[in-house]
Parts: sequence; C-alpha cells; structure tokens
Amino acid sequence: MLRLPTFTYESPATIDEVLALLADNPGRARLVAGGTDLLPNMKHGIEEADIVVSLSRLPGLSALAELPDGGVSIGAMMTLETLASHPTVRARYPSLAQAVGLVAGPHHRRMGTLGGNVCLNTRCVYINQTHFWRESLGYCLKKDGSACHVVKGGKRCVAAASNDSAPVLMTLGARLVLTSQARGERIVGIDDFFQRDGVQNKVLEADEMLLRVELPAPAAGLHGAYMKLRVRDSIDFPRLSVAVAFALRDGAVHDLAIVVSALAAVPQRMRNVTELAEGRAPDEGLFEEIGAACFGQCHPLSNIDGDATYRREMVPVYVKRALRAAIEGGVSS
Amino acid sequence: MAGGIERKVINTTHGPDAPHGDFTRVGQRARKIDGIGKATGEAVYTDDIVLPGMLHAKTLRSPHAHAKILSIDTSRALALAGVHAVVVGSEMPVKYGVIPWTPDENALATDKVRFIGDEVAAVAAIDEDTANAALALIDVEYELLEPFFDPHKSLVQSEPQIHETDARGQPYKKGNISKNVLLEFGEVDAAIDGAAHVVEDDYVFHGTAHAPIEPHCAVARFGSDGVLTLWSSTQIPHYVHRALARVLEMPAHRIRVIQPHLGGAFGGKSDPFSLEFCVCKLAMKSKRPVKMLYTREETFYTHRGRHPMEMHFRTACDAEGRVTGVDSKILIDGGSYSSFGLVTTYYSGQLLTGPCHFPTYRFDSTRVFTNKPPCGPKRGHGSVQPRFALEIQLDRLATKVGLDPIEFRRRNLQAENSQTVNGQTITSNGYLECLDVVEEASGWKDKRGKLPFGRGVGMAGSMYISGTNYAVYPNDMPQAGILVKLDRSGLAQVYTGTSDIGQGSSSVMATLVAEELGLRLDQVRVIAADTDLTPVDLGAYSSRITLMAGNASVDAGRKLRKQVQAAVGEHFDIPPQQVMLAEGFAFDREDGERRITSQQAFELTETKFETLAATGSYNTPDRGGDYRGGTIGASPAYSFTAHAAEVSVDTETGEIKIEKFWVAHDCGRAISPVQVEGQIEGSTYMGAAEVVLESHDVYSDESHVEAGLHRRPSLLEYTIPTSLDTPEIDARIVESIDPEGPYGAKEAGEGPLHGSIPAVANAIYDACGIWLTELPFSPGKVLAALRAKQGETSAPSPNGKASADTSVEAIRARLAAAKKGKS
Ligand SMILES: Cc1cc2nc3c(=O)[nH]c(=O)nc-3n(C[C@H](O)[C@H](O)[C@H](O)COP(=O)(O)OP(=O)(O)OC[C@H]3O[C@@H](n4cnc5c(N)ncnc54)[C@H](O)[C@@H]3O)c2cc1C
Ligand code: SF4
Repeated sequence: MLRLPTFTYESPATIDEVLALLADNPGRARLVAGGTDLLPNMKHGIEEADIVVSLSRLPGLSALAELPDGGVSIGAMMTLETLASHPTVRARYPSLAQAVGLVAGPHHRRMGTLGGNVCLNTRCVYINQTHFWRESLGYCLKKDGSACHVVKGGKRCVAAASNDSAPVLMTLGARLVLTSQARGERIVGIDDFFQRDGVQNKVLEADEMLLRVELPAPAAGLHGAYMKLRVRDSIDFPRLSVAVAFALRDGAVHDLAIVVSALAAVPQRMRNVTELAEGRAPDEGLFEEIGAACFGQCHPLSNIDGDATYRREMVPVYVKRALRAAIEGGVSS
Repeated sequence: MAGGIERKVINTTHGPDAPHGDFTRVGQRARKIDGIGKATGEAVYTDDIVLPGMLHAKTLRSPHAHAKILSIDTSRALALAGVHAVVVGSEMPVKYGVIPWTPDENALATDKVRFIGDEVAAVAAIDEDTANAALALIDVEYELLEPFFDPHKSLVQSEPQIHETDARGQPYKKGNISKNVLLEFGEVDAAIDGAAHVVEDDYVFHGTAHAPIEPHCAVARFGSDGVLTLWSSTQIPHYVHRALARVLEMPAHRIRVIQPHLGGAFGGKSDPFSLEFCVCKLAMKSKRPVKMLYTREETFYTHRGRHPMEMHFRTACDAEGRVTGVDSKILIDGGSYSSFGLVTTYYSGQLLTGPCHFPTYRFDSTRVFTNKPPCGPKRGHGSVQPRFALEIQLDRLATKVGLDPIEFRRRNLQAENSQTVNGQTITSNGYLECLDVVEEASGWKDKRGKLPFGRGVGMAGSMYISGTNYAVYPNDMPQAGILVKLDRSGLAQVYTGTSDIGQGSSSVMATLVAEELGLRLDQVRVIAADTDLTPVDLGAYSSRITLMAGNASVDAGRKLRKQVQAAVGEHFDIPPQQVMLAEGFAFDREDGERRITSQQAFELTETKFETLAATGSYNTPDRGGDYRGGTIGASPAYSFTAHAAEVSVDTETGEIKIEKFWVAHDCGRAISPVQVEGQIEGSTYMGAAEVVLESHDVYSDESHVEAGLHRRPSLLEYTIPTSLDTPEIDARIVESIDPEGPYGAKEAGEGPLHGSIPAVANAIYDACGIWLTELPFSPGKVLAALRAKQGETSAPSPNGKASADTSVEAIRARLAAAKKGKS
C-alpha cells in the first residue's frame, strides 16, 4: 500500500480552535473532512501538511436548516450519502441530490462531505500519480515543477475541476459561507469562489474554512438536472459534466443556466444560453440550438483521461440529455 | 534427462465412470472448501503473515525506460538508522526466466534497465517508511539509451539492443526480436486465392492487466537450520523453488516454498518475480525475516499481462461456406523481457485450429521487445487475441455466403476424435451442443437480424487446452503428483502441490478423493502448495490442474479404495468388489444394512495393511505434431465454448452496453458444477471488461516526456468493472465426458473467456452494421465507424480548427444524421 506521510493530527471540538490552528500554522495545516480526497493526495505527495485538522468533532456542521427567504443552508460536514437522500433536498433541489449521488462509490459518499466536495482539489492525469511516477516524468507546475505537460509551454495549471456538486451549485446560485480567525465570516457567491488556476482553483485562503452552503429558494417551476460522462457506472470522476436549471412557466423556459465542468480548472458557465432560451418552448429544436451554443464554448483539454475530441463532441449530446431529463423529472416541488 | 532410464507411462486415464454406480460427490452443488474462510476473513494471505523480528522491504525502480547503469551507491541508505540490509543486482547475477530457453531476467538490474519500473535495488528496514526513506538515499547513475515503444520500430531497428546476450551469455543475434514462428500446413495461398469468398482485415488487440485484488507479496525466513522458507503469492511454487535455487545458488533441498491463500492471479503470478529473490537475499543478509508487499502501482510494472497484438488475417471459404484456409501475420509487443513469450508466440497460432476446421493454415507470428512492462500469460494465454480476429472473420464470411453465423460454424466443425490441421488430437468435443444451447437460450432465431437498429446479437466459438502436454522444462517425471494419507480418525488428508488461486483446485482435489473413498467433504482435508509437504505439481497455469492433478488424485484414491475394500470385504466376509464406499460409510452392496463407518473401515484397513497412504501420479499421453514446435499447444483434451451476446449501441454517444451473455461451455464432466459456472461467469466478465473498459497502456509517443510511463497504474484509472458494469451472464454446462480426464473432466478456467470478446464485436455488427476491429471499443471509435458507414467525412477536428464543425448547422446536421441512424 502507499504510505501516508507522517503528520500531527488534531481534532478540535470548536470552530475557534480549528481557525486558531489554521492561523497559527500558516500554510502548514490542512483541514480534513471525510478525507477521501485529501488522503489519497497526501499519499501521492501532491498535498503536504504538518498538521491535519479534522472537522469531524465540530457540532452542528452536518445539518440542514431552513433560511428565512425560503432557501436552505447545508452544513459543510453533511455527508454526500445524507445529502443525496435528504427529503428536503430531493424535493426542492433534485439536481443537487442527483449529482452528489453520482459522486464516486457508496463508500466514498458515506465518508465524503459536501464541504470536501466543493473544495475538491483539481485533477490531472499528470498529477494524480505517485511520487515515483511524477519524478520519472519530471514534476509539473502544480507541484514541485515549472512546466505543464498538458499545455506544452503553458504557464498556468489547467488541471480539471472534477467535483460533481460544483456545476449544480452554480446553476442553483449557491452562496458559500467562509470564516477565518483574522477576518471573520464572509459570503462568497459560488461563481466567485472558483478561479482559473489549477494549482489552487478556489479563493479559499489558507486560514479559512467553509462553514456551510446556502441555496436560495427555488424559483417557481424550477427544473434541473445533472449529467455525468464516465466510463463506469460507479466510482469514476466525471470526464465531462453538465448541470442545467431553468424555470418553466406557462410552457416557456426562463432563466436557463448551464454549467459544464471537467474541462479546465473552473466549472464553466455557458454564455448566451439564457438569452437564447428565454421565453421559448422547451422542444428539441431549442435543445439542439443550445447544445450547439455550448459546443462552441467548450474546449476540453487532455488533462484528464478520455479523448478530448470525444469529450467535446459529447457536450451537445449531454446538454440535450440534461435538458430533456430536467423536463421529464427534475422539478422542484 | 534421467539418462538411460525409460519414461514410465503413468495411468493416463481412469475412465469416465463413478467408482460405485452413481456419483455421490462429483456433480454435486457443493461450496468451495475454503469459501467461508475467505468470506469471513479467516483465510491467511501472504500479507497476513507476521514473524517475530520481521523487517519490511521496498524496491527501488528505474525512472528511465532504457538506460545503462553506470554505478549504484547504497552507502547513504545503509547508514540510515533502522536499515538492516540493502541488496543490488550484482549480488544475484544469475539470470532466470520461467521458460528455461529464455532466461533474460535478473532479480535486480545488473547492467541496464529496460522499462520505467524495472527493479534496481531493495532495502530491508524496521518498517516500510524507513525502507522508503532509504530508497531515496540510493544513488544510481544512468546513461540513457534510445528507447523502443513502437513494436514496428523494434522489428526493424536492432540498435541499441534491449537484450545484448542470449541464454548462453553469447551476443544476442536477433536484434530486438524476441521470437518468430512461421508454420504452414497445406497449400494455404492456393486454397485462399481460388476460394469463392475471402475476407482480409487488420485487427488490433490492446494490452490488458490481470488486476488481481491481492497485490504480489512475499515473506522469507532464513532459519538457523540453514533452511530458507519463502511464503509467496505465487501460482507456481515449483518453478519458484527451482528459480530460487538457481539464482541464490543454493541447493534446492534447503529451500521451502509455501503458497498461502491467494487473492487472485489470472496468470499474473506465474513467473518468478524480483520480490521473491529480494526478500530471500535480504533475509539471508539481515538474519531476520523479511516481507515485501507491492503497491498497486508496482503490480502494473510487474505486469505479465495480455500481449498487445496487431494481426493481419485472411480467411476464405467455398460457395457453401466451408472454410478453405486461414492465413495470419501477427506482431506481438512483448515488453521488456521474455517471460512466457516463446510460448505466447506459438500459442498465437497453434491454439486456433478448432472448433472451426481449417484444411490449410499458416501463421507467422513475431514477438518483439519494447521498453515497457513485460507481457506474459493472462487467462487464455496467447490465443484470446487471434481468436478475436478469427471469430470476426468467420462471421464476415458467413455474412458473405448468406449463412447464419451459427449454421456457418456447424458446417465447419472440427469433429471429436480427429486431428487438427496442425496435428493436435481432439478427443471429446461438445461444441455442437454448445451451439445448440446458446442458440436456444438466447432466443437467437427471433433476434438475429430482427432487433431494432442499435440492438443486436452475435456469437463466437472457441477451444482451449486442458494443460500443456509438456512441462516448461523438459523432463520425464510426472506432471502431477499427489499423496493421500488415511487417518484412524476417519480423515483423508490430501497433499497436493497444486495452487488454489481462487479457481477452486483444492476443492476439486477434495471432491475427487472423497468420491473414490466414499467420504463426505468434511472428511477430507487438503494441504496444498508447500514444497516441503506436498509432492511436485507444476502449478496453476494452462488450465492443467483438474485434468492432470485430478487424474493423480483419482489414482491415489483408487489405490486406497482397493485396500479399504479388501479389508472391509474380509471383515464382512464378502468379495472386495462387493464393498461399496459412500457418504462416510462402507456397505455391503448386496445388503445395505451391513455397514460400518469410514472410520471403522480405515481402522480395519490399517490393521490389515499397516500405515495408510498412497501416492498418485499423472503424466500426459504422447501428443502433438511431428515438427519443430508441434508439441506446443498439444494437450490431452480440449474444452469448447460458445458465446452469444446481446448488445445495445447508443448511436449518439457511441457507448456500447452488453445486455446479456449466454455461454455454453463443454468442460468434459463438471466435477463441481458451481465452480464451473463460476469460471464461466468470471471468464466472461473478464473478457467483457477487455472489450470496453480495461486498457493497460503506456505512453508511446517518443517525442513526449511522458513516453514510457504507464498511463494509469491505479485501480481508479485502470477501470475494472464494478457490479453495475457487469452484464448478466447465463452460464450453461455441456458435458462431453472426455476419455482423458478424471471421470471425463476437462478445463473450465480459461476457455470461456475467448468468445466473449468477438461475440460482442459480432453483435455490434448485427446492431448497427459496423465491424469493429480495434480493441478496446471506445465510444469514439464506435462513432467514427458509424460515420464512416454513413459516408460522413467531417468529424470535428481535435484542435478545433475546423470552425464549420462548431456551427449550429453542422451540429444540427450531425444530430439529425444520428437520429436518422437510430430509427
Ligand atoms: C476512488 C475515488 C473516486 C472519486 N470519485 C469522485 C467523483 O466521481 N466525483 C467527485 O466529485 N469526487 C470524487 N471523489 C473525491 C471525493 O470522494 C469527493 O469529492 C468527496 O466529496 C470529498 O469530500 P471529503 O469530505 O472526503 O473531502 P476531504 O478529502 O476531507 O477534503 C477535500 C479537500 O477539501 C478541504 N476541505 C474539506 N472540508 C472543508 C471545509 N469545511 N472547509 C474548507 N476546506 C475543506 C480539505 O482540506 C481538502 O483539501 C473520488 C474519490 C475517490 C478516492
Ligand atoms: S495541468 Fe499541467 S500543471 Fe496542472 S497538473 Fe496537469 S500537467 Fe501539472
């Protein structure tokens, strides 16, 4: 088995203690929730920490609460298994329940959390490998090196955002509540949370933690769905993922949002599709136009397994299928 | 070998009949004898072994695909606290190889490294972390050599040579070619050129790995009595025993090899491996027991998986659909060492000559070395790849002639009791019945050519050996030996050298001995695969154990049965043959009331004959063609299989879903039907995974820095199927009762893999009219083939330069075309 490096393990009972540990050990402490991403990455030597701070003893972070505006707040430590089967989520935000139910395999969903999923590290065929492998190749600029093997001569890491929750949360207009000892709580819209840098694709600071994810009240007639291209029907990360959401009122589409991910460091919000669809009937003709519009905007790279040309070709197919699925089943009640 | 001594021909067969009227154990649906222990976690695997004072070892591996080693300095590693011993290649200079004609491996590299992951040094330390830290302190100086990743390059370019010397230490004369075999039977060209129908195509079979759940592991102890004991997750303890004696330059009688429970092997544990030598050497140096457990990544470097093959096939038939000739030219990518490669090269041609009869045949197979992890035998060794090509060719011919594919195969039967074109002897053959069974079970007649576009059925047939007729090292001793000891407690103990690797061989041995002695399974205990305790058996490869060690078991059991019958007969005052042994009792056949327990019977027998034990042996009959290589592929008996598959093709995404398999397998006699069904399912599952999911792939573009690196050395990226990805499999047994096997049994472990792959290819043709010839059948390839069929030329270009492709019109047109194709 691959060995974990040695580190000190802390498991505080209060958020203040967690934040203090982060503040006192700048850049050397890492948070662990379910550990299903952090620990494999530490075994591969692509993440390092002197202190690993567990969030598992913090009270109140795994609950769902109703917000005054009719939305909900979901604690960062809620497991994906709980989230996927949560009656409120399934009723009001079915595409979110669907997406997190497609993360990894059943064991991972039992351990893995929403917070860990939102904060998932980016992935790349050249980085998610052992130290031996990466040393044989020559390190890359995400860790220990200065070159990128995906974009030859590239100066920015384009490792892929691979979390299944993020695209859906973007279509639902989620807000993230972050906190740190130095600056206290702040709220960041999910679109602003991700940044175009595969090394660190989140604006989360090293001393900061995610407390909860807030979702606004679902619009009347909200439909949503999530589609994930992968090789096996379980375990695999997405090779392409598509989340759609729109309100269907009086037979017409409103406020269409589409996010495509597993392309590059940031889940990509599709431009122009809202305008294209606004007020139109949800028929195949519309879906094809929208698929074509998305195809033009998506340029998968050879950063993850699966032929990039094929992944690109699947953009319109998956967009259309997601739209159909949203019409057929993905309605908020 | 044994000069002047004539080979004793040992009881090749025992007949198909039950020893006492009806079978009592054979054919029963019994559990594997070790099944519960494995399910509960009680079974001890190699990594479960912990010895007092045991050290942990790790291997330093080459980061370069092809390089000379200029120097290795281990002094800094040795100086690290907690490190007990370091070993390098020069301490074990003797080369070995599982095939004695091609010993080209060293326990650790001596002068050069040949692939990324090749073993360079090993360290034993108080724990794994210390051993890993020590590896980083070993300084190796390399001089890089030009690497070979493309087998075509190895074919034509001989410098630099990957192996410089041959088995005798002389300069290697064949450049980077590992083995070439050209055999021709009859006038192939005339038979093909003049035929009514000819099909000619190129086929590609990619590399795949075994991916057993248990990675390789070995533990060694060098005792104060001078005995070296190795526990290893091997499927060939006997060959490992011999290799250790050779490489460690130690008398074999001072070495003991034990194989604990095994978590799968599939051919991937049938070579002697670096870790086995290293733990032994480190144990001898450190005077402490030493364990080494490979990581998952290391198992992908150790490899010995399915050889990638590029195959050109020509097959012809007459106007009535009778095959007239088959002609193939095959390029085999062997990776960096020989392993079983000599045999693989022969098998790629020799094992193809049934169940379809060829009047003429030629194959020209060449295996080359490349700087990649070494290939070797994986379930269905050597013949799964050409079988894929051939069975598609047969379907293509059937289509040309206008015959149903099943009918076409019936018309071309290599019948029972016949000789194949290459001189192999077919004894029993239940293939026709296999065809009938899958035709019926799959609803073939209602489906073939009749399902909606995108859905189809296809089939394929195959044949496989029940063991190879000759040991990998030439000798006239038995291929299988067994010892059965009867105890006053009523227990029969079976001492067998066979390796139960999960396939259930120990359960088969127990069943056969129980049958002969009229015992229940709980009255038989099997002690297996311990070279000190058990007679030699050559190991778990080539599907040899049921037939070979099974015959030996019956032999030993029968000798003891005669003694028990004699003693009990005397006791009852009846003739011995009137004594019947069944279900833990000895009866008077004429008067069932007169009975004693087996325990009482054994006491009587021991009183009469003294201490009770018998050995059993098996050796093969003379077989094979009378030409160089004619014995490779010779087997006492062949199994036959027919597969039918139903698939659906998503013509929009190119994804293939295998809906269901129907498999009928002729295993001679099913000693344990549950196990035979398990082997049919497991084989078919494994084959199906090779069609769409699994790919052992090394970056091969020399101009890229990643060249030579394994693409996906982990079980996340090397995608073995989960339960959700496994099609339903309807496994059916056909029993042809072979004259050579124990009670008529043949093999079941490998044959039922072959047809699963071409059956899917043939079903895809039925579903949407495309012939896929290049594995794996990725969705991209499916889409490309569908487009080619529809006469489309403009596929979106990879660099996005073709701007027309991104226009709404182009997309619409494409989607419309796809939709049209679907209806
Ligand atoms: C075999 C395998 C397959 C997988 N397949 C998928 C897949 O298909 N889709 C997918 O999305 N994921 C997949 N994953 C990744 C992972 O299982 C999930 O993303 C999971 O949700 C991660 O949650 P966790 O709690 O285990 O995260 P952890 O590993 O505990 O943490 C992940 C990261 O988030 C940070 N973090 C965690 N909680 C917080 C917080 N509250 N505030 C700030 N930072 C935090 C950690 O410091 C770490 O950097 C897979 C993992 C494996 C091993
Ligand atoms: S995208 Fe480039 S820099 Fe980023 S992980 Fe992959 S190879 Fe490294």
